[in-house]
Amino acid sequence: MSTTAAALPEQHATPAQGIWGWITTTDHKRIGVMYGSAAVLWFLVGGLEALLIRLQLARPGAEVVSAELYNALFTMHGTTMVFLFLMPLAAAFFNFIVPLQIGARDVAFPRLNAFSFWVFLAGGLLMNGGFLVGAAPDAGWFGYANLTSKQYSPGPAVDFWIVGLALLGVSSIAAALNFIITIINLRAPGMKLLRMPVFAWMTLVTAFLIVLAFPPFTIGVVYLLFDRFFGTQFYLPLAGGDPLLWQHLFWIFGHPEVYILVLPTMGMVSEVLPVFSRKPLFGYAVIIYSGIMIGFLGFGVWSHHMFSVGLGPVADSVFAAGTMLIAIPTGVKIFNWIATMWGGQIRFTTAMLFAIGFIAMFVIGGLSGVMHSSPPADLQQTDSYFVVAHFHYVLFGGAVLGIFSGLYYWWPKIFGRFLDERIGKWHFWLFMIGLNLTFFPMHYLGLHGMPRRVYTYPEGLGFDRMNLIATVGAFVLALGTIAFLWNVVRSRRGAPAPADPWGGATLEWSITSPPPVYNFAELPRVESRLPLWDDGVQPRTQPDHADVHVPPGSFWPVLVAAGLFVAGAGALLHSLIVVLGGLLFAVVSIYRWLFEPFEM
Amino acid sequence: MSDHATTQHYTSTGLDSRKLAMWAFIGSECMLFGALISGYLVYKGRSVVGPTPEEILNIPVTTVSTFVLLSSSLFMVLALAGLVERNMAKAKLWTFMTGLGGLVFLGFQYYEFSSFVHEGLGLTTNLFASTFYTLTGTHGAHVAIGVTILLTCWVQMLRGKFGPEKAPVLEVAGLYWHFVDVIWIVIFTLIYLLT
Amino acid sequence: MRLTLRTVLPLALLVMASCGGPFPQSSLDPRSDFASEIDSLFDGIMILATAVFIVVEVLLLVTIVRFRRREGGPEPRRIFGHTGLEIAWTMAPAFVLVLIAVPTIRSVFRTASRPAGDVLVVEAIGKQWWWEFRYPELGVVTANELHLPVNQTVEVAITSTDVIHSFWVPRLGGKRDAIGGRTNRIFFRPDSIGEYLGQCAEFCGVSHANMRFRVYVDEPGAFDAWVARQRDVPVEADSGSLAAQGKTVYSTSACIGCHTVEGVSAGAVGPNLTHFGGRRTIGSAVFDNSAEQLAAWIRNAPAMKPGVLMPPLELADDQIAALVAYLHSLQ
Repeated sequence: MSTTAAALPEQHATPAQGIWGWITTTDHKRIGVMYGSAAVLWFLVGGLEALLIRLQLARPGAEVVSAELYNALFTMHGTTMVFLFLMPLAAAFFNFIVPLQIGARDVAFPRLNAFSFWVFLAGGLLMNGGFLVGAAPDAGWFGYANLTSKQYSPGPAVDFWIVGLALLGVSSIAAALNFIITIINLRAPGMKLLRMPVFAWMTLVTAFLIVLAFPPFTIGVVYLLFDRFFGTQFYLPLAGGDPLLWQHLFWIFGHPEVYILVLPTMGMVSEVLPVFSRKPLFGYAVIIYSGIMIGFLGFGVWSHHMFSVGLGPVADSVFAAGTMLIAIPTGVKIFNWIATMWGGQIRFTTAMLFAIGFIAMFVIGGLSGVMHSSPPADLQQTDSYFVVAHFHYVLFGGAVLGIFSGLYYWWPKIFGRFLDERIGKWHFWLFMIGLNLTFFPMHYLGLHGMPRRVYTYPEGLGFDRMNLIATVGAFVLALGTIAFLWNVVRSRRGAPAPADPWGGATLEWSITSPPPVYNFAELPRVESRLPLWDDGVQPRTQPDHADVHVPPGSFWPVLVAAGLFVAGAGALLHSLIVVLGGLLFAVVSIYRWLFEPFEM
Repeated sequence: MSDHATTQHYTSTGLDSRKLAMWAFIGSECMLFGALISGYLVYKGRSVVGPTPEEILNIPVTTVSTFVLLSSSLFMVLALAGLVERNMAKAKLWTFMTGLGGLVFLGFQYYEFSSFVHEGLGLTTNLFASTFYTLTGTHGAHVAIGVTILLTCWVQMLRGKFGPEKAPVLEVAGLYWHFVDVIWIVIFTLIYLLT
Repeated sequence: MRLTLRTVLPLALLVMASCGGPFPQSSLDPRSDFASEIDSLFDGIMILATAVFIVVEVLLLVTIVRFRRREGGPEPRRIFGHTGLEIAWTMAPAFVLVLIAVPTIRSVFRTASRPAGDVLVVEAIGKQWWWEFRYPELGVVTANELHLPVNQTVEVAITSTDVIHSFWVPRLGGKRDAIGGRTNRIFFRPDSIGEYLGQCAEFCGVSHANMRFRVYVDEPGAFDAWVARQRDVPVEADSGSLAAQGKTVYSTSACIGCHTVEGVSAGAVGPNLTHFGGRRTIGSAVFDNSAEQLAAWIRNAPAMKPGVLMPPLELADDQIAALVAYLHSLQ
């Protein structure tokens, strides 16, 4: 059973060509690229929404967009950036990089992996479909009951949100299960858990968070769906229901979700810092344990999003203490990262700049987080721009900078070409300046009394100048994004990348760039956690033309996803026949999938 | 049923990936049912109109269906034992019996739901009804999926396409089936017995 | 050196952002015991956070400057960790957090309980998108403008009749959510007379941004006079006057379906207008209560406040003028 599988010379590895090859692919690398492309497109959509928001708020009483459209914009900006940009972009790296890092030929369930991507795409399209019919979701990314009830949101906007989220939940759970099993079970011989790269570790923790956090949220959404479609009264106070039940179910998911967004980028930064300092990661095991600790504690602190709902002093104190505890493993990580660079030979590549920027900015977001872990202080801060400032430092200063660090780091591995370093540095500095211009003044706006989610504000409250600065900052961020896009376009003509362009230590750098379809001609034997630095593993210069069996393509995953898409659209049309038709199609496709000859 | 079914790959833990996946999935399902059960308990006694659980829940009948479902877990063990022992007659019989147990349970649930509706407890009647039907309905859907899987395995056995080499598949299906049973014990205890 | 930008930038922003006042809705300018308690707690946390910020960022800067790559520099020593350091930087944040947690929990309990002594109870009821204020002990009902006596402890009992709102007057204290089926309470004692701005802080639909309100803190005498006025029936306008015509318009139009004017109508959907003439604002403290603004509001309220439930009234200009005169006569 556990004999090393040497190459099984059965069938020569040639991927299917053309668009059909991409649609039916089960190759984790192609699926990763598709996840990444969709995520970047949605980053642009979410960014445009942000620019419209900032234009509307640039001065008091502006009328760039209507109140109704503004509410849809901030709802979709949040939903898009969380579910359609950060999560799928992280998933892109899970897909492409994790199997390479652990020395696997693919993920544990390649067709399930393809299915996850297509359902994600279906959910994202349905969610945004609301814009086409003038009914984009407009009750906030947090969709608090009972504003989402039929009485107060009579149109289909909230239905688009529910149906989209339901599909995205299916996608996330399926993908996360796949990664848990891949990482636990498909590591190359000798790759013990404590030899695994930190990125793979953080992927594992994140996947567990997804698998455990999404179900309660799903139930919250199901209750809401029943309220809206079938007339139940889960969240209606008059019938004895409690709108707070939604908040509990949402935040039991919503707080771990923050770590679902941030932990993968902490993993990326933990890969980048050692390579460009030419020093092993300081406190490797401690960084992993603190990542696990953050994930674990993340389940016990959801009510710190609810200090203003009146849970009582005992509950408030308990959740405050729990929240403060999370600052400890987070601080430990930051000190370990700095210690990694201490005594090194730091090369300021774009990837490294983004990683350092991540640390510098995440510290700010972490400290403002500690400020509203204190319930009385939070009573002034919650639902004000102070919180907007806080989580943008965590999610933009943290997650986005971290993920771009990973992107610049792994781009040559993924595409076999370098991104331009000079344009990359423009990108970095525009992002650093832009994000501080945009989000730093928001701390003051919040403390000076500006609530969140307001489409306008009057003159005379002192909000004018800081809002204008924030809007200017948003356009600097847009410039940075343009620099990035220009870099992507140019990289098609960029310098070809060797197998190991940065002097990396982990297995993905031992194979050619881009990797061959079968990844490893022969599964590597791992003797330490830095195989390329310790074990004398040499990067390949030429791909081995080994006859390695690779999983064939399958079109059943995309058809199952299409069935679910139709079922979701049927729900929006209130057509039971379409729902049942879509589900039947999905079930038949699942059967065909199960009985399809598919050898790994 | 052929996803990785025939080739045994090297795995880091030595365990079948599908089995590990089912364990992880069960973890996820625990959170799902945990939320549903919490929803039921949080809303217990908050309904503003009847009928109440005390008035309507039929404990004797549900005890019988619970017994049937529990027995099917035993049948599941026998079915897997049969397949591992290469005793196909035994495997076929008990796989079928397990599925049948699930079907009987679903029949009881159909009877229960329709008599409740007849007594005036529709999905939207009150909070008790809504939380009760979503919880037990979700469980029923899980049983239905389990029955479909088991009967599919059984049909494949009859067609001679599901032999001892597929034991890991039946084992994974069994894990799922036992989980569905265990969750029912929790539901039965919290909702029917502790009213 | 480009790296210095990282230090200069936040400082520059700090300077830029902190000017631009005045800030009449600022939580940093507290005017009650509750708000001051929060403000001093926040100040303490802010000092600790700033210290941590400086330590970490300086350490980071020193590291990247000092250990930047130099041509022909030595290969870095391969250090994998240090147990003593790990323990030290686990304990250090824990210590700082204890310094935050102790005063925090003290404040949580201090602000949660009803203070001893005489307490004035006010009910704040959130509605899309305005506030109803009731004084159950004084028999007064009003909207969007809350009057309080200075140095008198107040209990605000907060609830909602529709979606979730949040009651927030930053200078008088922290916010509390208004949730249907629940009543939340906050307690505070305003310490200075003045006009304080409040605003709904929980997203509640289209006109969430336009759900403002004001709190007027007066000398006890002035407050008592206000209460007395609120409990009186307003003086009837002379017959034949514009206001009297306006009363006819009011009592024969759709107004009476939603609004209450004591003795005239008993609508319960919109704000109570019995003493409307004494209010300084309309549209939930968004517009001045001037004749022009009020006329525009009556003509087409949704054009001024998106989503507002009050429909455009099909009234002639002279009817509107009479209605404005009548409403302003309700002192």
